[in-house]
Amino acid sequence: MDRTQLLIGLAMALFSIGLLGVIVRRNVLVMLMCMELMLNGVNLSLVTFAQQTATTVGAVLVFLIFVVATAEIALAIPIVLLLVRGKRTLKLDAYNDLKG
Amino acid sequence: MNYLLQNLETLLLLLFGLCALVGAGLMIVLRQPMRVALALVSTMIFLGGIYGLLGVHFIAAFQVLIYVGAVMVFMVYVIMLLEVREATGAKYSALLVPGIVGFVLVLGVIVIGIWRAVPAPTGAAGNGAYGISTFAVSFLNEYWLHFELTSVLLVAAVVAAMAVIKVSRAADRKGRHG
Repeated sequence: MDRTQLLIGLAMALFSIGLLGVIVRRNVLVMLMCMELMLNGVNLSLVTFAQQTATTVGAVLVFLIFVVATAEIALAIPIVLLLVRGKRTLKLDAYNDLKG
Repeated sequence: MNYLLQNLETLLLLLFGLCALVGAGLMIVLRQPMRVALALVSTMIFLGGIYGLLGVHFIAAFQVLIYVGAVMVFMVYVIMLLEVREATGAKYSALLVPGIVGFVLVLGVIVIGIWRAVPAPTGAAGNGAYGISTFAVSFLNEYWLHFELTSVLLVAAVVAAMAVIKVSRAADRKGRHG
């Protein structure tokens, strides 16, 4: 098992653990953090591929993902704050009425 | 000892990868959001170490600066601000068993796929380290449009955040007066 396989395996493991966290946990903030973990796994795979092919495309994409992740968290946090202000809880089950 | 020094990079890579995995596993297991946040911070720092070992030092710096310095500090700040303590009740949702089964299946399929698909290293490939100057020239020459679109995205995010705040203020006023 060479280095590339190891790193891609690590990236996919991080992505899967993040996905598991999003499905399994009930706390809204913890689910947000698990999404960040998924983004980190994807970043690692992009960096690995960029290293393997010695191109800058992957690095550029990682840079753009950093920006998107920051914008996403800057929007997600106020939304969570609004939700919690209404119901006084972080548990996902309390927001069943959001499904319309 | 000589062997150890020659393979120091691979060993460090393994160590950092293992630590990142442990941090990610702790995120699933721990209950308090603050501990989960700290586990995520450690995972991100170890990933930054991996990027540094791979030779993309500027991405390692961005990882620590942007993810740990901005995103996670924001997250920790919000956890402290909310201070909703919920030690009671179940930690996991009702989807625990299907979630774990799906996790194992996805991981198995992906690992088998990687095992078969990734070609064996062909000598020169794998040490494509490049500095920030190569990255910057390529970034601003070929990807200037994406760079500009990023600024459009940031403006949209700022406007949306303002809109969210306005909605919350309107709801506050309605709650106070009616």
